[in-house]
Amino acid sequence: MSQLALDKLKAKFGAAVVETHSQFGDDTAVVEPGVWRAAAEFLRDDPALDFNLFVDLCAVDFPKRVPRFEVVLHVYSFARRQRVRLKTRVGDEEGEGCEVDSLVPVWTGANWFERETFDMMGIVFQGHPDLRRILLYPEFVGHPLRKDYPAQKTQPLVAYRTEEEAGTILDKLAPFGGDEGMAFGRKFYLPKDGN
Amino acid sequence: MEPVDLDLEEGELELPSEPMHLNMGPSHPAMHGTVRIVLELSGETITKADVQIGYLHRGFEKMCERGTWTQVFPYADRLNYVSPMLNNVGFALAVEKMCGLEVPERCQWYRMILGELARISDHLTCDAAMAMELGAITPFLWLMKGREMVWDILEEETGARLTHSFGRIGGMAKPPTDGLKEMVRGSLPKILHLVEEAEAMLLKNRIFLDRLENIGVISAADAMALGWTGPCLRSTGAAYDIRKAHPYLKYDEVDFEVPVGTRGDTLDRFLVRLGEIRQSAKILLQCADRLPESGPVNCDDPRYVLPDKNDVYTTIEGTIQHFKLVMEGAKVPAGEAYSYTEGGNGELGFYLVSDGTGTPHRVRIRPPCFAITQGLEKLVTNRMLSDIIPTFGSLNMIGGECDH
Repeated sequence: MSQLALDKLKAKFGAAVVETHSQFGDDTAVVEPGVWRAAAEFLRDDPALDFNLFVDLCAVDFPKRVPRFEVVLHVYSFARRQRVRLKTRVGDEEGEGCEVDSLVPVWTGANWFERETFDMMGIVFQGHPDLRRILLYPEFVGHPLRKDYPAQKTQPLVAYRTEEEAGTILDKLAPFGGDEGMAFGRKFYLPKDGN
Repeated sequence: MEPVDLDLEEGELELPSEPMHLNMGPSHPAMHGTVRIVLELSGETITKADVQIGYLHRGFEKMCERGTWTQVFPYADRLNYVSPMLNNVGFALAVEKMCGLEVPERCQWYRMILGELARISDHLTCDAAMAMELGAITPFLWLMKGREMVWDILEEETGARLTHSFGRIGGMAKPPTDGLKEMVRGSLPKILHLVEEAEAMLLKNRIFLDRLENIGVISAADAMALGWTGPCLRSTGAAYDIRKAHPYLKYDEVDFEVPVGTRGDTLDRFLVRLGEIRQSAKILLQCADRLPESGPVNCDDPRYVLPDKNDVYTTIEGTIQHFKLVMEGAKVPAGEAYSYTEGGNGELGFYLVSDGTGTPHRVRIRPPCFAITQGLEKLVTNRMLSDIIPTFGSLNMIGGECDH
């Protein structure tokens, strides 16, 4: 991991670096969404940093926090054998306004990872050349990795048979019920309407 | 039949010149997995390719957020289902990083043995399937025979051929069997012999070479910007192997080399995988020599590791510990960690976020072949249609891993 990258980011972007930590040995910098792409470009282009290998981009949902989402980037420097994690926080409590600059101009590999993050979390990457769903089908409504998307919800492309059509009682519940028979230690995020 | 009375000027086109659209997949006999490529062709040349994945999406990142940390192991199995043990070990190491656990020496060697066996199985499958897609059935059957030997060992060890679910937080489900070393030492020469025979049949074959050489070429810089890791990146000459660059388990104590290519073409990717099978065999023999005959396999930490079954049934402390770990799950310290290991296709990363309870807040899997598959578009554009088959085969897209 790279402490140097954190120091250089703080020197270059000042107050736009909200927070840094090195928990479990992973050096992490949290920046303002406004400097997201500039910080990424800096990490790639600074000769002393040279983070040229794109590793991962994803998002994490913290439903009780504002901003609600964390967009997380991991990059690696092949020459210096170091890693860094860059994060930014976007989105309000309702999950609106999750917009951040696309990193495709910085690392071409960000393309599919941003599409996936858009698909799963609904983060909109501005300037992405082709932002559409990647793992799910275009007709899908919602973003399933958000905590307020119920895990047992289904959206079949072809509607299920009704009980009248089938002529029998159809039980759509999971075999052990909604909590799969294990209510201990589980967390449930119910949708806002309380159903 | 009347001749078509067309009064064409010389040089005028007879055929319509608009591009042709072709759907390749989602289910195509020459495709490695369920993937669809929408092609725009001009004659036989690809002018545009849109790779569409997601047919095997099962939403297991969401499912991981509903169970305990230990319940993620069966999902991890189904990531790269050709080398499930590498995923198991990768996830176990990620959780152990957060818990601050280090497994006993015997477990480390054991994990390396199982992991390298899985890597051999992964590379054998990839090279075999690639040869088969080009019409070479015999090498495919020979390499599959080799994979069968690997799976026999894994079955003997774990009880399952494919989806082992054998990793645990702070150890493994069971200690190594007595016959493990003999099985490894006995099977490896046979597997290597099969690899040699298959290699001799393929690499002296003009047709096979012509279809691989200088096809799907990528430079090291492009590959890195795309996020390529593993054999595909090493074929471009960049020697990035996590086992060497950031050794985990006991990889710093074994002697092995990192095979690299020079041109970054399909043939190099094929050869790098063959080279890695030989290096894995070398590692396996060293591990078999150094695996201790006795000693603990699991960490002695009641917060994370299940107690011995004997204690569960005879002592109240053991019963309570077992109940708490099974029903509430091991309580992983709050925070975030990214852990990476060398999977079959490259850097297999787990980015875990814990809120301090027995259930993960977020399990992000960084599948190596997701990044690799997105490079396919670049590799095949302006190439011939038939080049898709070897190029895509050499990328080793595994649907379970790529589609989450």
